[in-house]
Amino acid sequence: MDALTLHRLHFAFTITFHYLFPQLTMGLALLILVLKTMALRTGNEHYHHAARFWARIFAVNFAVGVVTGIPMEFQFGTNWSRFSRAAGGVIGQTLAMEGVFSFFLESSFLGVFLFGEKRLSPKAHWFAAFLVFFGSWLSGFFIIATNAWMQHPTGYRLGAGGEILLTSFAALFTNPWLFWQYLHNMTGAVVTASFVMASVGAFYLLSHTHEPYGRTFVRVGVIAGTISSFLMAFPTGDGQGKNIAFHQPVTLAAMEGLFHTENGAPLAILGQPDTEKHRLDNPLIVPNALSFLTYQRWHAEVRGLDSFPRDVWPDNVQLLYYSYHIMVGLGTIFTGLMALAAFALWRGTLYRSRRLLWLVMLMLPFPYIATTAGWMTAELGRQPWLIYGIMRTPTGFSPHVSAGNVLFTLIGFMGMYTILGILFLFLIHREIEEGPEHAA
Amino acid sequence: METTWFCFVALMLGAYVVLDGFDLGAGVAHLLIAHSDDERRAVLRSIGPVWDGNEVWLLAAGGTLYFAFPALYASSFSGFYLPLMIVLWLLILRGISIEFRNHIESLVWHPFWDAVFAGSSALLTIFFGAALGNVVRGVPLDHAGDFFLPLWTDFTAGPEAGILDWYTVLVAIAALLALTAHGALWLALKNRGVLHARARVLASIVWWAVLAAVITITLVSFHVQPHLQQSFDARPWAYAFPLIALVGLFSMKIMNATGRDKEAFLSSCAFILGMLTSVAAGLYPYVLPSSTDPALSLTIYNTAAARYGLEVGLFWFIPGMLLTSAYFIYTYRSFAGKV
Repeated sequence: MDALTLHRLHFAFTITFHYLFPQLTMGLALLILVLKTMALRTGNEHYHHAARFWARIFAVNFAVGVVTGIPMEFQFGTNWSRFSRAAGGVIGQTLAMEGVFSFFLESSFLGVFLFGEKRLSPKAHWFAAFLVFFGSWLSGFFIIATNAWMQHPTGYRLGAGGEILLTSFAALFTNPWLFWQYLHNMTGAVVTASFVMASVGAFYLLSHTHEPYGRTFVRVGVIAGTISSFLMAFPTGDGQGKNIAFHQPVTLAAMEGLFHTENGAPLAILGQPDTEKHRLDNPLIVPNALSFLTYQRWHAEVRGLDSFPRDVWPDNVQLLYYSYHIMVGLGTIFTGLMALAAFALWRGTLYRSRRLLWLVMLMLPFPYIATTAGWMTAELGRQPWLIYGIMRTPTGFSPHVSAGNVLFTLIGFMGMYTILGILFLFLIHREIEEGPEHAA
Repeated sequence: METTWFCFVALMLGAYVVLDGFDLGAGVAHLLIAHSDDERRAVLRSIGPVWDGNEVWLLAAGGTLYFAFPALYASSFSGFYLPLMIVLWLLILRGISIEFRNHIESLVWHPFWDAVFAGSSALLTIFFGAALGNVVRGVPLDHAGDFFLPLWTDFTAGPEAGILDWYTVLVAIAALLALTAHGALWLALKNRGVLHARARVLASIVWWAVLAAVITITLVSFHVQPHLQQSFDARPWAYAFPLIALVGLFSMKIMNATGRDKEAFLSSCAFILGMLTSVAAGLYPYVLPSSTDPALSLTIYNTAAARYGLEVGLFWFIPGMLLTSAYFIYTYRSFAGKV
C-alpha cells in the first residue's frame, strides 16, 4: 500500500474508533443532567441512584474517549505535517481553544462530579454535572468549527508560499457550515445516548431485573430519543443537506448517486452506483423528490456528476453513496421506532409490550453505525480535498514518514484499540449486570 | 509577539512537566514504596482527582504550539513520529490502568494494572527526557524544514544520530530520576504513616542520583549544543534560571531531611521549572536546532503563524488561562490535605 492510503487509513481508523466514545459522552452528559434535575425537583432517591449509575458508565466511557482522543490531536502533526504547516495558523486557533476552554473545564469538574457528591450540596453537585455537560458540548463546538472550516473555508487568504493566513477570527465562528453541522452532530450524540439508555432499560424490563430503573431509563430514553430523532431529520439534517447542495454540489450528486443533471431529479432510496457506466443499478426512486428537498420546487434542476470535471469528483463515490444512504435509512427507522415507542408510552402500554421492548433493546448498535456513516459522508464527501477548494488530500501528508512506519503504527493502534474495546465492553457489561443500586 | 508566544508555550510545557510530572513520578514510585493493596490504593488516591487535569496541560500546550508555531509543530511531530506514537500508546495504557484498576476486586486484576501503571509511567518519563535531549542536541533538518529520525542508529550524538544516543539517553535517565524524586515528594505530602516514611526515604536516596545526573548533563550539554553558551553569554541575566534550579535542588534535600513535606515538594517544582527554563533560555530564539547546518535551524521567527493570528490569540488565551488557573486552584484546594 502507498503512504497516502496508509496515512488516510490511519486517521480514518483512529477517528472512527475514537468517536464511538465522545458521542455517548456528549449525549449522556445531557441525559445525566436531566436525571439530576428530576432528582433535584422530586427529591426522590430513585433518580439519584439512576444518575449515579449512568455517571459510572459515563466515567468509563469518558476515560476511553480521552485516551483515544489524544492521538487525534497528535496526528495532525505526525501524519499530516504538510497540511498542518499550511493550515495550522487557522485551525490551530480552534484546536488550541478546545484545549484551553473545554478540556480543562471538563477534566476539572468531572473529578468534582464523580467524587464530590458527598461533599457538595445537591445544587452544587447539579452544577458540577452542568459544567461537565457544558465542557463536553463546547469541546464538540470547537472540533466542528475546525471541521466546518475544512469543509467550507472562511476568513483566510493565501500567502506567497501557499500558506493559509487567517484574516478574520470571527469568520471561524460565523461560518455558515458550522451552525447546521454542529446542531446535526450534537443531536446525533443525543440520539446515541437516548438509544443506549432506552436499550439498557428495555433489557432490565425484559429480564425482570431492576424494573423500576428499567421503566425510568425506557421513559427518559424514548422521550429524548423521539425528540432527537425527529430533530436529526428536520431542521438539522435538512439544513446540513442544503449546505452541501449549495457549497459542495458535486458531493450532493455523488451522495445521491445522481450521474446526470435533471430537471426534477429523483431521490434514490436503494440502488448501486456504477461509476463506469454512469448509472444507478436496481434503482428504487421517488420521482422529483431530490429537486423538491433541495430547492422546494418539484422540477428544479439538480446538477449530476456528469456536469463536473472528473478530478473534482469525490474519489470514492460508491462508499460515499452507501455511507449517506445507511445514515439516512437508519435515521428513518429510528424516527419510526421511536414514534411507535413514544405512542405506546403515552398509552401506558410500553412497559408491558415485550415485542416493542425487544426492538428498543436490539437497536443499541445502530445509532453508532448511523453516526459513523454520517461522518464518513462528511469526510468522503469533502474528497478529493483536504481543505475544500484549497488543498488536495495527496498534498497534505507527512512526506518523511514512510509507508512502513505508518503501517507499523496503524497495526499498533489496531491491536491497542481491540484490547481497549474488549475491556470497555467487559466493564460496561459488569456495571449493567450489577445495576443501579450497587454501590461503586 | 513571537517571543511572547514562545514564553507562553514554554510555560505551558513547564506546567505540564511540574504537574503531570508528579503523577508520573508517583507511578514510578508506585511499586517501589507501596506493597499492599491498601497502600497502592492510597498512591492512586493521591493523584486520583488531578492526574487527568494535569495531563490536559500536554494537550493544551500541544494545541497552543500548533496554533502559534505551526511549522514547528508539523516538522517536529512528523520527525519524531515513532517516539510520539509510542508515547501515545503509553498514555493510553497509563490512563486506563488508573481508571480501570478499581472497577473489579480481584487479586489478578489489581497487580496487573499496577504493573502497567508503573511501567508506562517510567517509560513516559524516559521518552519525555529523550525528547528534551533531542531538542537540545538538534536534528538533521533539510531545506524544507523536515526530518525523520529512527529510534536509534549508532548511539553517537553526531549528525546521523537516532532519537536515542548517549546524550539523549543521559537526559532521559535524568528525567526519570528527577520525576521519581518529584513524585515521591508528592506522595510524602499526601500520605501518612509507612507510605509517607518510605516516600521520603526514596526521595532522599534518589536525590543523590539526581545530583550526579544534573552535574553530568549540564557539563555535556554545553559541549553537545554550543549555542547554549552563546545564549547565556548574550543574556547573562538568564543565569537566574539555572540558579533557581540549583537553589531548588538543594532546598529540596534540606526540606525533605527536616520533614517539611510541602516545602520539599515546592522546591522540587522550582528545580524542574528552573531546569526547563534554563533550556528554553539557552535555546532561544531556536526552537529546534539543526544538527547539520545551523542555518537550517527552526527558530521562533521562521515557524510562527502570521501576526494577525498571534495577536487575536492573546484575546482568548489570556482569559482562558486565568479561568484555567481558577479551576486548578479550586480543584487542588478541595483536594488539599492527606488522603
